[in-house]
Amino acid sequence: MGLFIAQLLTGLANAGALFMVASGLSLIFGVTRVVNFAHGSFYMLGAYVGYTLMQVLPGAVGFWGAILLAGLIVGLIGIIVEICVLRPVYSAPELFQLVATFGVILVIQDLTLMIWGPTDLLGPRAPGLKGVVRIMGEPVPQYDIALIVITPFVALALWYLIARTRVGTLVRAATQDREMVGALGVNQAWLFTGVFFLGCALAGLGGALQLPKGGADLLMDFSILASVFVVVVIGGMGSLPGAYLAAVIISVLNVFGVTYLPQSTLVLMFVVMVIVLMVRPFGLLGREEVAGEHGQVGEPERPIRPAGTGVRLLVAFLLALLASVPLLGSNFYNVLITDILIFCLFAASLHFLLGQGGLVSFGHAAFFGGGAYVAALLVTYAGTPMELALLLAPLGAGLAAIVIGWVCLRSTGVYFAMLTLAFGQLLWSLAFQWGDITGGDDGLVNIWPSDWASDNVVFFYLALVLCVGGILLLRHAAHAPFGYALRAARDSARQAEATGINTRHVQWVAFTFAGTMAGLAGGLFVFSKGSVFPNELEIARSFDALIVVFLGGVKTLSGGWVGGAFFESVKDVLTRFEYWRLALGLLIIFVVIVAPDGIVGSLRKLGERLGWLRGERELR
Amino acid sequence: MAAPSSPRKPRGPMMLELESVDSYYGKAQVLSDLSLTVGAGQVVALLGRNGAGKTTTLKSVMQLVRPRAGRVTFRGQDITRLPSYKVARMGLGYVPEERRIFTDLTVLENLEVGRQPARDGSVAWTQGMLFDLFPNLAERRHNRGKALSGGEQQMLTIARSLMGNPALILLDEPSEGIAPVIVEQMARIILQLKTEGLTVLLSEQNLHFAQAVADAVVIIEHGSAKFAGSLAELKAQPEIRDAYLSV
Ligand SMILES: Nc1ncnc2c1ncn2[C@@H]1O[C@H](COP(=O)(O)OP(=O)(O)O)[C@@H](O)[C@H]1O
Ligand SMILES: [Mg+2]
Repeated sequence: MGLFIAQLLTGLANAGALFMVASGLSLIFGVTRVVNFAHGSFYMLGAYVGYTLMQVLPGAVGFWGAILLAGLIVGLIGIIVEICVLRPVYSAPELFQLVATFGVILVIQDLTLMIWGPTDLLGPRAPGLKGVVRIMGEPVPQYDIALIVITPFVALALWYLIARTRVGTLVRAATQDREMVGALGVNQAWLFTGVFFLGCALAGLGGALQLPKGGADLLMDFSILASVFVVVVIGGMGSLPGAYLAAVIISVLNVFGVTYLPQSTLVLMFVVMVIVLMVRPFGLLGREEVAGEHGQVGEPERPIRPAGTGVRLLVAFLLALLASVPLLGSNFYNVLITDILIFCLFAASLHFLLGQGGLVSFGHAAFFGGGAYVAALLVTYAGTPMELALLLAPLGAGLAAIVIGWVCLRSTGVYFAMLTLAFGQLLWSLAFQWGDITGGDDGLVNIWPSDWASDNVVFFYLALVLCVGGILLLRHAAHAPFGYALRAARDSARQAEATGINTRHVQWVAFTFAGTMAGLAGGLFVFSKGSVFPNELEIARSFDALIVVFLGGVKTLSGGWVGGAFFESVKDVLTRFEYWRLALGLLIIFVVIVAPDGIVGSLRKLGERLGWLRGERELR
Repeated sequence: MAAPSSPRKPRGPMMLELESVDSYYGKAQVLSDLSLTVGAGQVVALLGRNGAGKTTTLKSVMQLVRPRAGRVTFRGQDITRLPSYKVARMGLGYVPEERRIFTDLTVLENLEVGRQPARDGSVAWTQGMLFDLFPNLAERRHNRGKALSGGEQQMLTIARSLMGNPALILLDEPSEGIAPVIVEQMARIILQLKTEGLTVLLSEQNLHFAQAVADAVVIIEHGSAKFAGSLAELKAQPEIRDAYLSV
């Protein structure tokens, strides 16, 4: 009984920081409709800033003062980010906002590394709260008790602000109809900035408060992000009581999970989330979201059309060039281009989902890594030959996509995105924690191609045929009637339904198809590398693909593979610089704001402008 | 064709003036070369069939739809391309067709969102005055917006925009979708607002309602003004009424 209560208390204490970060995210989403992916980064900044302040400010007053100041400073940093990065993309589709905030994550990561260095920082203990209290014989840190007491006060203060003040009333009104609030004379821009300040300050506060428990390190941003999403989704986007409830549920669950189900702590959280969403698609205390209220950035998309002769010739030329790569006789290039091809297929499959289906999946790595693991497991445990494994990898990923798609497509928009992310994390945690089967962190190794394909050159051609084939298949689907139905469902679900299209069904098929293609890429990947590790299933891998698709150009047909090819090739060069994340982050933010058409879209425009100029000259 | 058939300007100083406004949704042009004027203290009814462009006209005044060409002047100041919140703060109250009250907020909170400091030359409304004008709302002040009836919601939208102490109020189809008794009450309220010195531009499909409250009418069709003049002038030209209004 004592242990039980002690664990309950630990869970409640852990819920504090989680609640603060989650409520900040929830508030920001409620008003601005932006899912701030960089929220974990503000949490991390809170910890680092708090740490530095605690070094200079003495005693208990200094300790608590440092925590408050850290919240304030992080809030101010949030204001800068809001004004520079988010203001230009408020009216953009979700994907653009996601990518912009992802750029912020990269920038903050490298800035933190620059300022505080790579070593983990051990958080100072709270003056006067260094001991433990014994509760029924079990030790509970005094600081935990302090956190348990503080959190409800923060929650209460927040509630008062939102429920009882004019600013809070405006915030709630804006959550419902921000345009109307503007038409009543309220300057939305500052309301948004204010909310962003508050949300970031809360995250910073959370980060500083957990210092004595967890310290500060450079992985904090991503490690809290998944839990925060789970909390916000379970509680209901935009609901503060929901965030508190869910933070407590998840934290307590985690503490008990560690004791009783140590193999499945990570999985547990996502299982709970999926169950909640199956029963209540908008979270425990959330309201139904109106889907599709986002505008389009820039010009409307152009109707797609079959490639013209010029483009066909160019593609044929490129393919010939590719096919002659082995003539260089360089193993390095054979392997590099194989990697690029595989990544292109992965990116193209996500691009199909995003561009044609309008389905923003944050967890596409589930199918890439899923396919890779299917192949690796088959080879390791069943001695399956490569040919069969390469067939079963996409099939396995496709099956997973059928199941995952069925659940995720019950929701739309942000919830869909978060659900896919959660499933990605679920598979990742399975691979990571189920060490007996998957090898855990050590991965599965020694998975090599069949003898006939073991030569680099042969494998290169195999990858070339399969990847180019896959990409052409995806392209073909976009031009087929299926593609028309899918775009109809994307652009206006209601009208599509009215013309007899079962939109959910069409999207489900598309999701499965994209998953299958990603699985094929994953299968090839395993045999190319000879091994697979859980990070092929990570959030970061899903984001790689998203960013590549985005930079390639969402509203174009070839943005996926072009972006993939471009970034996989410059990655090698780029990652040699110490602060490449900073550079990439800034580039991403720049592209989102200045050239939202991506590489393909911008090139197309440039080409048209040049062509048009020539045409005019000819007229004269 | 676009010129109003009766270009006579209303008496008194000009409150609101639209000059050759063009507005679009994406690539679709909805207003073309639309001009109209509203004099201070007048109640002007903007009449036209469904889809004629009435709502778009009012949104173009509020800058919720940004005119691509033309000019909107309010009390002599050019407000084209100002952000909507600045337009509102200059003294324009907007009551949208779909009402758009904040359903999760109470009546009092809805009024609070609309509150703006009084500016000179306009009535300074208090909650008390508004509850006198809309007695139903007084009883329901602690109820959430979603608990109100359609008529009450319509009253609340008007009360909410009055909290901003506007000099001119834009009412988009105030009589639409509410019970006949409430329509009469609505007409009385509009007339009372007029006696308080408020200028009103309202859109209507219902000629009957317009006749009860308006001093002047503007008829639009396909996004341009086809007629502007007094009610008496409209009565004298029944062919205009038959051509542009469904009676
Ligand atoms: N948000 C919108 N997007 C595209 N077209 C619109 C939109 N709103 C209105 N329209 C079109 O603009 C025209 C004028 O609409 P509106 O101003 O609402 O007319 P009214 O208020 O007189 O009924 C109609 O043809 C309508 O279909
Ligand atoms: Mg209308």
